[in-house]
Amino acid sequence: MKHTLAVTVDNQPGVLTRVATMFRRRGFNIDSLTVGATENPSISRMTIVVQGDDQIIEQVTKQLYKLVNVIKIVDVTHERTVERELVLIKVKADTSVRTEVMQIVEIFRARIVDIGKNNLIIEVTGDSGKIDAIEEALRPFGIAELVRTGKIAMLRGCRG
Amino acid sequence: MNCKGAEILINSLKKQGVDTIFGYPGGVVLPIYDVLYDSDVRHILTRHEQGAAHAADGYARATGKTGVCIATSGPGATNLVTGIATANMDSIPVVFFTGQVASHLIGRDAFQEADITGITLPITKHNYLVERTEDVERVVKEAFYIARTNRPGPVVVDLPKDIMDKFIDYTPDDSEAYIQSYRVMKGFNAGQVINAAELIKQAQRPVIYAGGGVIISDAAEELRELAEKRKIPVTTTLMGMGAFPGNNYLSLGMLGMHGTRYANYAVSESDLLIAVGVRFDDRVTGKIEAFAPHAKIIHIDIDAAEIGKNVAVDIPIVGQVKEVLHAINQRLEVVEEMSEWHQAIDRWKLEYPLRYPASIEGRIMPQHVIESIYDLTQGDAIITTEVGQHQMWTAQYYKFKNPRSFITSGGLGTMGYGFPAAIGAKIACPDKTVIDIAGDGSIQMNIQELGTAMQYKVPVIVCILNNQYLGMVRQWQGLFYKGRYSNTDISLQPDFVKVAEAYGAVGLRVTETDQVKDALREAMKVDDRPVFIDFVVEREADVFPMVAPGEPLLNMMGGDE
Ligand SMILES: Cc1ncc(C[n+]2csc(CCOP(=O)(O)OP(=O)(O)O)c2C)c(N)n1
Ligand SMILES: [Mg+2]
Repeated sequence: MKHTLAVTVDNQPGVLTRVATMFRRRGFNIDSLTVGATENPSISRMTIVVQGDDQIIEQVTKQLYKLVNVIKIVDVTHERTVERELVLIKVKADTSVRTEVMQIVEIFRARIVDIGKNNLIIEVTGDSGKIDAIEEALRPFGIAELVRTGKIAMLRGCRG
Repeated sequence: MNCKGAEILINSLKKQGVDTIFGYPGGVVLPIYDVLYDSDVRHILTRHEQGAAHAADGYARATGKTGVCIATSGPGATNLVTGIATANMDSIPVVFFTGQVASHLIGRDAFQEADITGITLPITKHNYLVERTEDVERVVKEAFYIARTNRPGPVVVDLPKDIMDKFIDYTPDDSEAYIQSYRVMKGFNAGQVINAAELIKQAQRPVIYAGGGVIISDAAEELRELAEKRKIPVTTTLMGMGAFPGNNYLSLGMLGMHGTRYANYAVSESDLLIAVGVRFDDRVTGKIEAFAPHAKIIHIDIDAAEIGKNVAVDIPIVGQVKEVLHAINQRLEVVEEMSEWHQAIDRWKLEYPLRYPASIEGRIMPQHVIESIYDLTQGDAIITTEVGQHQMWTAQYYKFKNPRSFITSGGLGTMGYGFPAAIGAKIACPDKTVIDIAGDGSIQMNIQELGTAMQYKVPVIVCILNNQYLGMVRQWQGLFYKGRYSNTDISLQPDFVKVAEAYGAVGLRVTETDQVKDALREAMKVDDRPVFIDFVVEREADVFPMVAPGEPLLNMMGGDE
């Protein structure tokens, strides 16, 4: 199954490469990996979504800990978390279908951020379920381009 | 103090207790070599950077201290790669310093630029590219700290030329290394120690499976106490040779692909396997599902990632092997005998001792050379090896007594390792007899280090078991490829005696069985230069017993008659 790991690392050049190299070398599969700054400038935060059974996730975690720049790993898969992902979708939409598309945008509380002659760019944030759903809903109109940021996650409450 | 980066570097090394560096100069490390010129740190100039890397590694294995190696940028740095990977696979603490082109040239494909931190990322414990002269001292401290603590390993420090040239106002900082994201492992799970002791008390057919971790953790005493208190037979991995005395009645020798029959039988029949400082390598376990099928497993290791990596275990204990064994021992009383189990093992030992065919027409059997080396040194020498049949015969027929007396490339299996490693070991331990047991193929991979051994008057003995084959590969071709000896005949070879003599070293050739010991005695008398002994041995001897790759340990070929 998919696991979501929240990983705090030193904010230093090369740390992303170290993590990615470890995954490649050991043959673990990354579904998505995001990295960004945190409230502490010396620390970055990665959210890694990885496929595998418990034994694989245990190995992933231990191998990650062996990287000198990894500070802490929390498997938030079964925790109460807020998860978000941002997606930009370019949909083929000439005037004849625009209203229909705009209704879908409305329903998903997404936003239209650019209007071209024959297409729209839509911005959506949400958890993976919502993102998958809007993608499905827009597919019939023709998706010209789609970019996902990958998931970020945060534990609810004060643990973590 | 106004100091140059290179001065800070050497000063920081001295503070780490470094007295010997193995290296090879070049353009961008000139500032460092200029400081070394009048420093009291000894620099050993090898003839190839790979030689420097293995020598620093051999120095580290012989002493337990952290080895130090230096090379220039580009080709100098890439020549270290095999040495770095060798140290990494065997968890050896070595700090490798590489020169780098000046900071403003990095990324522009400058002359002799190589991305050595990128290249060595998967084969180091950690690495650094130093970006400011102000960071030199801290990085050196961290590099040594990381290399030697927890599970040791190599660290690369890449030093751009301008960083070494630059003068800064420098106040030495004598604080301990502190790394926010790296903690030295302390303590262990006491509850698991109690559980382990209980299992040991209940076991009827226990076996200890000991590896390199015992040696690294300096735990041979504790291991011996455990074995002798409970009369538990001990088998070791290639890396664990010397962790338990090979001449002790509880010793089963090596297990695995070329292990003794009795070690593999004992492990397969055991009801408790006490795995200490090991990583369940495929060369040890054979078919993993069939490994120790009746045994509960206790696994003690400093590296949490080793637990459950290859096999599921019943009692994992993460911690310093030495501390954990000590704690377990305290919970155990002495037992007198384990008669049934020992009787079974004694039967196997009697029925299937290590043995090899008698020599044909008086030709020297390679195993006999190793037995002779043992007879003359009684396990008190430091033995290094290259990689191949001769390496396995050494593990089988030399009874290692002491930790750090066997130095071999176990994990990576690097041909060309043994000779430079022997030079490093001899420089570290000048009072020990140091012998490289070599193959005729392997020795040609770093034979240029004769120059180093001559220059520094290092009297190591190289015993070439010359079968004029890449013997181990030939053996596999014989067993698995219908005897089609593709590209393994290396009978076109130099006269090794003359090669040695060309360097000014001593060269001896032995063709008769009854001359073996005389030649060894003669070599041991030489104290100011290396000696090559070319033992012309039986060409097609094979290493047995053998478990074919992927087979269960019980499926041993050979060694049964
Ligand atoms: C650098 C390197 N290249 C290739 C191999 C594969 N290999 C393993 S053993 C061996 C033959 C070694 O021949 P030799 O040194 O003569 O030893 P022998 O087996 O004959 O005792 C080879 C080629 C290796 N281990 N290391
Ligand atoms: Mg050979």
